[in-house]
Amino acid sequence: MSLETARFDPAKAAPFLIAGAHNGWLGLRYSTHGEDWVELELPWRADLLGEDGREVLASGPIISLMDMASGLSIWTRTNAFRAIATLDLRVDYTRPARERTSVFGRVQCYRSTRSAFFVRGVAHDGDPDDPVAHMQGVFMHVDARMVALPPGHGE
Amino acid sequence: MTDTPDIQVLTPYARSLGISVERWDEMAPVVRVDFSEAVLGRPGALHGGAISGLLETAGYGALRARLAQDGREVGMKPINITVQFLRSGKDRPSFASARIVKLGRRTANISIEAWQDDPARPIASAVMNVMITEPAA
Repeated sequence: MSLETARFDPAKAAPFLIAGAHNGWLGLRYSTHGEDWVELELPWRADLLGEDGREVLASGPIISLMDMASGLSIWTRTNAFRAIATLDLRVDYTRPARERTSVFGRVQCYRSTRSAFFVRGVAHDGDPDDPVAHMQGVFMHVDARMVALPPGHGE
Repeated sequence: MTDTPDIQVLTPYARSLGISVERWDEMAPVVRVDFSEAVLGRPGALHGGAISGLLETAGYGALRARLAQDGREVGMKPINITVQFLRSGKDRPSFASARIVKLGRRTANISIEAWQDDPARPIASAVMNVMITEPAA
């Protein structure tokens, strides 16, 4: 069996990859994807607020959302599940999100080389054409080896 | 401890993630998060998003303290943040503190570093721009 030829399907892999740890704590959910992009949902939750008394998500969870959607977009574009690390990530907050609403993170991996991956994306609260934030980032390989996913999650 | 600013450093998100104020240093808080499932990324490593949350908490804490010290009753809105991930965060406590590089009438520029064992070996750094807003009448 060659992992090189196995398709990375974010719809199948994402629920497994975001089940535990920090992503699971945030409650991230798979939303949709394309050839080189993935969208995740960060559901609204009272204990993720950025300010007492204002029902808007903090900006920290939005960075986590964009970071995880970036990783999935890289694995989707390159069709391989490899250990990667964030090198640099920038978020511009263009407007406040609406109160008590999910935020969606849609990230595209627009360029990949042997060791670096370039990503850009938006966070929105329902309409991708009216983003609450824009993101740009660079990721690196941690290790050239690929990591095997449990059966049924990656192919 | 008498000159510790009487301000709320921790947001609901920061408290929920397990961030606490370790100490005050030059009127800026040093914030801390212990290693737990909630901040875990890759197996054995801190999640970049959790590190960013820690950096941001230190940044807003330092700005809030300075604004309180200056007697300015204003609001804050994020403009942007750029995070550099320098080393992978291991399974031990992490700390962060911020320096206000520039505080103007309408914006603040803040530089933040996070470290684990040695502040001279940061695991991440960030620059934040924050809009200073007049309180709603």
